[in-house]
Amino acid sequence: MRSYAVQRALLAVVQLAVLSVLVFVLTSLLPGDAAELRFTETLTPDQVARLRGELGLDQPAPERFVHWLGNVLRGDLGTSLISGGPVVDIVRNSIGATLVLTVATLAVVVPLAVALGIVMGTRENGRIDRVITSITLALSAIPDFVIAVVLVAIFSLRLGWLPATWVGGNLLASPALLVLPVAVLFGRTVCLLSRQVRAGTINALHAEYVVQARRLGIPRRQLLLRHVLPNAAVPGVQELARTGDTLLGGVLVVEAIFAIPGFATALVDGVETRDITAVQGLTLVLAVAALLINLAADLVCNRLVPRTALLR
Amino acid sequence: MWRVVEALGRRGFLGVAGAVGLAVATGCGTDGGVAAQPKQGGRLRAVYAGGGAKEVIDPHVQSLFVDIARHKAIYEKLVELGPDLKPVPRLASKWEHDGTATTWRFSLRDATFHDGARLVPEDVLFSLARIVDPAVPERVAQSSLATLDLKRSRAINATTVELVLTAPNAEFPALLAGIGTQIVRNGFKDPDKPVGTGAFRSVSFEAGRSMVASRYDDYWDEPARIEELQILSAESEARANAVQGGQAEYANDMTATFARTAGQSVRVVAAKASTMQAFVMKVDQAPFDNPDVRLAFKLLADRQRLVDVVLAGRGEVGNDLFGKGYQYYPTDLPARERDVDRAKSLLTKAGLVGREVEIFTADASAGFVEAATLFAEQVGEAGVRLKVTTGSPQTYAKDLLTKGAIGNHRSGAMPIPQYITDRLLSQSPFNVTHWRRPAFDAGFAAARAVTSESERSERYGVLQKTLRDEGGILAWGLPDYLVAVSAKVQGVQAVPPNTLDQGRFDKVWLA
Repeated sequence: MRSYAVQRALLAVVQLAVLSVLVFVLTSLLPGDAAELRFTETLTPDQVARLRGELGLDQPAPERFVHWLGNVLRGDLGTSLISGGPVVDIVRNSIGATLVLTVATLAVVVPLAVALGIVMGTRENGRIDRVITSITLALSAIPDFVIAVVLVAIFSLRLGWLPATWVGGNLLASPALLVLPVAVLFGRTVCLLSRQVRAGTINALHAEYVVQARRLGIPRRQLLLRHVLPNAAVPGVQELARTGDTLLGGVLVVEAIFAIPGFATALVDGVETRDITAVQGLTLVLAVAALLINLAADLVCNRLVPRTALLR
Repeated sequence: MWRVVEALGRRGFLGVAGAVGLAVATGCGTDGGVAAQPKQGGRLRAVYAGGGAKEVIDPHVQSLFVDIARHKAIYEKLVELGPDLKPVPRLASKWEHDGTATTWRFSLRDATFHDGARLVPEDVLFSLARIVDPAVPERVAQSSLATLDLKRSRAINATTVELVLTAPNAEFPALLAGIGTQIVRNGFKDPDKPVGTGAFRSVSFEAGRSMVASRYDDYWDEPARIEELQILSAESEARANAVQGGQAEYANDMTATFARTAGQSVRVVAAKASTMQAFVMKVDQAPFDNPDVRLAFKLLADRQRLVDVVLAGRGEVGNDLFGKGYQYYPTDLPARERDVDRAKSLLTKAGLVGREVEIFTADASAGFVEAATLFAEQVGEAGVRLKVTTGSPQTYAKDLLTKGAIGNHRSGAMPIPQYITDRLLSQSPFNVTHWRRPAFDAGFAAARAVTSESERSERYGVLQKTLRDEGGILAWGLPDYLVAVSAKVQGVQAVPPNTLDQGRFDKVWLA
């Protein structure tokens, strides 16, 4: 298992390197640069040229990339081309909201999805299975902005029960801010997760060892928790990792509608203003998080069902 | 209003009757809310379109409305702009010049900074030097104040500052009212610790999110009624939800769609015809290098339909000139009527019928692509195909300077001479129509130096008539500027953006 972890980590480093080059190249390909986009209609071309010199944007791209990489290796994500402040600050200021949202969403989705998945799996093609499937499928089929707009219209604007946006709100003072965004993210993620658990459960229930265990008269409850669930959880855990990635990257639609100052907003701002250092820094943090999550998921699966190590 | 009038009355030799008259004529005033007795206290949360990390607290570096609103709460300028974009006194209670509009004296008001220091001429000189510092190009008023000769400018006494120009300019007070001209304390170094003379003192600022400010009790122009002011950033949808859901009391720059569907809980304050939407034709590029083609296109625009569709009816039709309702706008011009037959004959003469012309647009501003698409249909009626090409929204303003023979243009409120300086002189950095005529430049420079306001106005009028008939600006619409306020907010003025009373939170109150 250790060599498996080491190999995974090495692969992750290579992935990171490729990713950072890709992000740099892609952002460089966008029309315009930070100097131009910072004040499109207020700076004269001369002033833009001077600003470009100040930001170091007049240097060739490979040189800028090497410079950036050198700083990153020393643990310095660099300075934002737009705000002039450290990129670390942008990361710090935006990751909080996204983390809170991710954790809150997972805290709701995971237990519910696992429970729903088992309920569906144990009642394969029964009425309950079909009802839950229809509902969760419908939720995932409706675009999240539609769900968001409808929820806001009903619960905020009409009934006035819940805050409509995070604008002017403080999470500590009003945790109710979380309710609607989490509800939208729930609708978006619960389907896939519960489907995976359902499929895992069905597979496990049909497996030889469970059939055998049944024959041995092991009580149903013990059978489900001890034998079915660990095997059923494997696809679920991997799906969970993907869900975690998505949520951590910030869900732009949700952040935009509820004015949540999170990761996706920061990324989009960075791209729109061609703040390459910020985009690089944010992507790097996100990539590291994604790699860690997937690594953790693989290791967990490996632990749940050790044979997956052989498959790697 | 009486305070401004009184201040105007003390302005000395510069006539004031015109300003007051125009303010009434343009119909600017309170929004028609209940004229209740102002109340003290409370917190007001105002939401503006955000700019993420682009937002700044340095008052000399700004370009977004949200920045402007924040800086306005904390800092003040020597001069501000009235509802007709005419200069009105602010930190300078009055001004006068040497008769040639080259050397100017500004009398300072008895104002104090948030740290208790009294406003003195040195603060003014320091602020201006900071703005024009060539080492920091992003200080936005740099180019407009380029003719300021700071070496020869000086303090006359404790309350008078003399500013000298390298060339005469009767519009100098208006330049001091431009964006990014706030007066900071002498020696101001750290923009993150804002100290101004404004009605609010800064408590905290976070780019992309919020500024919190509290009432400054020693404010010279009567302390604010509200206790706390928050200026927050959010996109259009979130602004609408916030003001409707009671999480904000003021939402800036709302859409016509919002205005139509907003519920009972909010009131829409509309500054009529405050900005401009136009198509711009490059006068040095085929086919628009032919004046007949320019005129034909102007005659082809169905302006009312463009206003009805693109602006959802929230605006007026334009007359191919910037600045309707503002100081110096020529009032005696007939409205441009649609005349397809005449346009057709002009286009036939120019050999353009049956040919294709490309219109360069982008989703850079609300309504650009829609306007271009609709205009293509209207031009099509005369047998010219207008092909719509779309560019990158973020770089559109710059791209348009070089790309496309015709494209979209919008402009916010600013004094007419400033618009001409920025966009219509041979050396103008943002001359989107490539209107480069030495005679026009000379005429404008001469007019700007004329000290008699009526004569100056007449000369500007002649220049503008030339522009309307021969220029490349097809100003089809003048959108209303829409602000949404919650029902309890009172005292919000329906005035154009970039003027003194727009987004002025020291005069509003919560009923």
